[in-house]
Amino acid sequence: MPKRKDISSILIIGAGPIIIGQACEFDYSGAQACKALKEEGFRVILVNSNPATIMTDPLLADATYIEPIHWESVEKIIEKEKPDAILPTMGGQTALNTALTLDKKGVLKKHNVVLIGANRTAIDKAEDRQLFDETMQSINLETPVSGIAHSMSDALEVQEKIGFPCIIRPSFTMGGTGGGIAYNISEFKSICEKGLELSPTNELLIDESLIGWKEYEMEVVRDCEDNCIIVCSIENLDPMGIHTGDSTTIAPAQTLTDKEYQIMRNASFKILREIGVDTGGSNVQFAINPDNGKMVVIEMNPRVSRSSALASKATGFPIAKVAALLSVGYTLDELKNDITGGLTPASFEPSIDYIVTKIPKFAFEKFPQASPKLTTQMKSVGEVMSIGSNFQESFQKALCSMEEGLNGLNSLQNNGSFPSDDEIKSELTIPGPKRIFYVADAMRKGWDLNKIYSLTKIDYWFLDQIKELIDIEDELKETNISNLSKEYLQNIKEKGFSDNRIAELLNTNESKIRQIRKKNNVMPIFRRVDTCAAEFATSTCYMYSSYGGSCESNPTKNKKILVLGSGPNRIGQGIEFDYCCVHASMAMQEEGYESIMVNCNPETVSTDYDVSNRLYFEPITAEKILDIIDIEKPEGVVIQFGGQTPLKLADILSENGVNILGTNVDAIDRSEDRERFQELVNKLNLKQPSNATAKNVEEALAKADEIGFPIVVRPSYVLGGRAMQLVNNLKELNQYLNEAVEVSNSKPILLDSYLTDAIEVDVDVVSDGKNIEIGGILQHIEQAGIHSGDSACSLPPYSLSSKVQDIMKEQAIDIAKELKVIGLMNIQYAVKDENVFIIEVNPRASRTVPFISKAIGQSLAKVASKAMIGKSLIQQKFSSKLPKDLSFVKEAVMPFDKFPLVDPILGPEMKSTGEVMGIGPNFGEAYAKAQKGANKILRRSGVVFISVKASDKKYLDKFVPEIINAGFEIVATSGTSKYIQKLGFNVKTINKVTEGRPHIVDSLLNNDIDLVINTTEGSQSIEDSASIRQSALRNKIFCTTTMFGAFAIIDAFKSKEENWTYSTLQEINN
Amino acid sequence: MSFKAILAFEDGSVFYGKGFGKEKYDVGELVFNTSMTGYQEIVTDPSYKKQIITFTHPHIGNTGVNNEDNESKTIHASGMVVKNFCDKPSNWRSKATLGEFLKKNEVIGIADVDTREITTILREKGAMNCCIASLSVISDKEAVAKAKAFEGLKGMDLAQVVSTDKEYKWNEGVWPENGKFNDEYPVIAYDYGIKENILRLLSEHVGSVKVVNAKTPFEEIIKYNPKGIFLSNGPGDPEPCDYAIQNIKKFLENKIPIFGICLGHQLLALAGGANTYKMKFGHHGANHPVQDMASKDVFITSQNHGFAVDENTLPNNIKVTHVSLFDKSLQGIEFIDRPAFSFQGHPEASPGPQEIKILFEKFSSMVKEYAKT
Repeated sequence: MPKRKDISSILIIGAGPIIIGQACEFDYSGAQACKALKEEGFRVILVNSNPATIMTDPLLADATYIEPIHWESVEKIIEKEKPDAILPTMGGQTALNTALTLDKKGVLKKHNVVLIGANRTAIDKAEDRQLFDETMQSINLETPVSGIAHSMSDALEVQEKIGFPCIIRPSFTMGGTGGGIAYNISEFKSICEKGLELSPTNELLIDESLIGWKEYEMEVVRDCEDNCIIVCSIENLDPMGIHTGDSTTIAPAQTLTDKEYQIMRNASFKILREIGVDTGGSNVQFAINPDNGKMVVIEMNPRVSRSSALASKATGFPIAKVAALLSVGYTLDELKNDITGGLTPASFEPSIDYIVTKIPKFAFEKFPQASPKLTTQMKSVGEVMSIGSNFQESFQKALCSMEEGLNGLNSLQNNGSFPSDDEIKSELTIPGPKRIFYVADAMRKGWDLNKIYSLTKIDYWFLDQIKELIDIEDELKETNISNLSKEYLQNIKEKGFSDNRIAELLNTNESKIRQIRKKNNVMPIFRRVDTCAAEFATSTCYMYSSYGGSCESNPTKNKKILVLGSGPNRIGQGIEFDYCCVHASMAMQEEGYESIMVNCNPETVSTDYDVSNRLYFEPITAEKILDIIDIEKPEGVVIQFGGQTPLKLADILSENGVNILGTNVDAIDRSEDRERFQELVNKLNLKQPSNATAKNVEEALAKADEIGFPIVVRPSYVLGGRAMQLVNNLKELNQYLNEAVEVSNSKPILLDSYLTDAIEVDVDVVSDGKNIEIGGILQHIEQAGIHSGDSACSLPPYSLSSKVQDIMKEQAIDIAKELKVIGLMNIQYAVKDENVFIIEVNPRASRTVPFISKAIGQSLAKVASKAMIGKSLIQQKFSSKLPKDLSFVKEAVMPFDKFPLVDPILGPEMKSTGEVMGIGPNFGEAYAKAQKGANKILRRSGVVFISVKASDKKYLDKFVPEIINAGFEIVATSGTSKYIQKLGFNVKTINKVTEGRPHIVDSLLNNDIDLVINTTEGSQSIEDSASIRQSALRNKIFCTTTMFGAFAIIDAFKSKEENWTYSTLQEINN
Repeated sequence: MSFKAILAFEDGSVFYGKGFGKEKYDVGELVFNTSMTGYQEIVTDPSYKKQIITFTHPHIGNTGVNNEDNESKTIHASGMVVKNFCDKPSNWRSKATLGEFLKKNEVIGIADVDTREITTILREKGAMNCCIASLSVISDKEAVAKAKAFEGLKGMDLAQVVSTDKEYKWNEGVWPENGKFNDEYPVIAYDYGIKENILRLLSEHVGSVKVVNAKTPFEEIIKYNPKGIFLSNGPGDPEPCDYAIQNIKKFLENKIPIFGICLGHQLLALAGGANTYKMKFGHHGANHPVQDMASKDVFITSQNHGFAVDENTLPNNIKVTHVSLFDKSLQGIEFIDRPAFSFQGHPEASPGPQEIKILFEKFSSMVKEYAKT
């Protein structure tokens, strides 16, 4: 059936900010949907609060709204745009839930809008656990023994039926938030209590535990004529018990016979039909008992998902694009398979002749109080994917992609000693993020595979494969480098051993191995991802490296540029960098170059084979990049857009004669090396907070005394403020040095005087080497000392004098000139009493580039890219202009709800996973919208709890009358209360937690408080007050931990939601 | 223990690898199969007689070999070509390794060769005659000579080679229930190299069936008063199978319901007056989209054929029912004046997708309809 004629405009709902469980895979799917539907001639309207996405680029839709994804805001947009249809399946759980709410609230009916790609019944049947179970029973498929509970007493009743261990999952939460496995009654009660709260429907599903069962996923696509295909099967290396998002997974499935596979395939189709997914992609998860093959259905997602992004990258079949086209009436046979150049239709099942491995990336080091154990609630913040000719190669390539200092399946040995048997046993039984390394070390220690299997239930097939790698390792260790034969080297390269790993095992260096390899002509080959296992000749430009056999790279003679991506998402380096890399690639194409992308993150737009002329899906490691450069011979390489990932390779690429485009590598060193940076600051007569570098504890203590407290301490060369801390006295510094970091000559630590109550400012600059333009000046809302990635900020600045802004501009230009910046540069300033201090300079793309680009209506990354290949800013006619009378606020989105034991306080170490943008005619509205976009609900009147540190008391003079004026009554802890009373205002005094009950936490849990203003300092006070912030978070009570944040709330209260304005990016930047 | 093995092409090119299974040499036409599952079904499919199969899936042997998944009593393929061979299977049904199974059936396999490159060669040059050998048995030069000496499948009647000697009754249904079925209608299955899953599905749809030798004459069959004739899949070129074509013509004249699969489909077309031809490299996989011309439904199907019916030679009384969406090749036909139809792919799957097994329902209704008269 051809395209529907009754629809001409479609509203696509995005996924909003990057959070755990919902990352940039929805930028990939959303961007594909926008492009595909726009090409079909539909008017595409998009709402997404996340400015760092490619999908919110104004060219991708006809009307782009960067607004909160909340039904009220979306209704306003529907009123204005009057779309015919809404496509809710591209924006994860957020979009589905929003669409459901719109339907329930009668908005769809009122405005005569239809849902396409999914319907409410289907969403309900798939998402409501009880309905899902009933639906499965009706088609004779088994689900785990389970029960539904809406209260603790229900839950206890269900538990009795099921026994222990059992799995608890709250309904309608993302990434299984709030779920867990209970082995005893006390665990059970605590998980249920939390789950009931988190579920928007106060509903829990309690399942029989299938821990240790094999876990599979099927990616299914169905069209309106009931044609169904499986795009990809995925097998989890980590069996049931670990959320699939936290599991290492393999495609295609490896340990099923055809008979078993077909049962699962048939069941998948049956499920889609019965649930009623009329068109589009879905993901169905199964568990299989490894002893007898009994199969149960775990769940299904009636939308594109993280797994479908993975399946698309794994096979070359663009699920989101196809799903979008199916939603407007096409059938699979009417759509072409792009990758075979349209030679074959989309109605087929990809056959792949390689193995794909996905490994999740975790950030437990950021949350030391959180339990680093993997459960049914997703905790990973990113993932890598790799492609190899066999599992071993694929697996080892994935490990190298992780950017955790791995060069393969490294040992956990510390100074030559293995983890103890007890530790290994415990880690194998109760898995954490490093389980596979414990498995390998168990093998190295000679553990029997049967024992490892009985503890982990990781299929023997995988264990055997891993064991072989360990055996080769042993052989290698006994081998003398001069005896390394060509055949042997070829053999181990085919098994995925990196040069670096081989070098480590042979006690030599990587370049030596590369040299031997080249001398022996043991060279990588490149293969094409073609969806058809070479059955058809294809023109696909999607490549992966491997060893053995013939090379299909067949490079062109065009002039080309290589763009290095940013690898896996992590806290501190996320989608913003992918945005920049994608724009770099587009810029190069616009300038007539062939653009070649290298990246290993399956969630991203950059790894869409449609984005660049060529895509190499490879680890961003020296070995792989040099291999690609050897074969492609690009004119230049872009390394300044992918965050630290490609920058780390700057030296080795230079040494190998690679032409690095843009700012000189030396400039990076001048900005990152402390001493050289100080020289720069002095040379340009700039001010810097007093600071020092220390190479041992004594030196650190002495220098701290010189600088004076408070001090910000951190290890050198870090991103995202890893292990950065504010210390107020020698005692705290001592504690930090002893517990948090290692200090040595090679690992010095940095001490910076902390400018109390200074305003932090980010300035992004673009330069062609001659002309320098300021991209934007962002004033942070939280004061200096809160990591820039975690603090909200405003464009333009909302309270900085123009004099200060001018000073910063001048300084930025001076620095750009001095460093001979070509491309992007980001500077962080602190402003105190009209004095401007330089905090740091990064001659590369920063986190704020997409945000500014969206505001000014021009892509800074694209402009910078073109500047890097010699097109001046003048030739590009670039000048940065903000739309008049508009304010743009960026707010960080924190993952604290996933780590309930963690204190949700902001500090110098970055913890946010994503960001949202609020746009309004004034700062207040923009800030309020950003809060709503971040899903932080501001109650606009009621009771405010205030407890502030001594140094913040002065702000209360201004704050208290304003908050009373806004309609709040005040409760405060004794010190703050006394201060407020002195000011002459009414205030109720409440106990601190340490002062006896009832205390503030009781009030928070009883929901007697509507707003929390809680600033604190000193590790003891922070620890004492953590339960306040945790309880606020738990009860969704807005909590700010800075006074600057508190004042921003006052501004937000001044904007009334009913008066909010909704404009498209196209309108504000025309 | 593995041994040094070789895959020698008729054009003189050779691939060296590690052998598994029986240390021997064998010759055949080299084809590739893109199915990601079901190597056990594939190697025991009689249609692969005199063929050496290249598996594009990167790991073969992972699930070992079990008692339920054979498609015939033995391995028919002349050899297996795989990228990574797994000799330590992991699956709850596994009873033996693939290596042991090959050894027992005296078949050779070769691993550690670049199956993608081989596939590309076959795609570009067409199916080629090859010799797969243990280097302990013959030299590489001898292997090339053996490959050159192989006469090829064109004109080769292999149906009679693999067909059952004795007729027998089949009444078992499909895995995992493996139900038993009674004699409902006298239905005859001609064994040109029949896959057991066809028999299982026939039993489930029309009751037990009688399986007969490929050459069993019409006159003998008609004695049973058959209500349906099934023409099985099988190896080799359909054209030389004169005996079969002549028989089918007689069944057509008598308007007895006929259902043909694969070789059976080609034989039915030949009997109806159409021609067949040898394809460049055939269809061997489990992901081929086939469209039903009437309903426009698309089925993902299992395929295994190196010969095909020439659509241009179809007489007026035969209509096209199914077409491949990969290459528009003919996939299904039906007589408009007779209760006879056939399908080029494998509705019995095994391995592969099972949705087009509805063709068995179609046959079943034809048989039931005919039985009423």
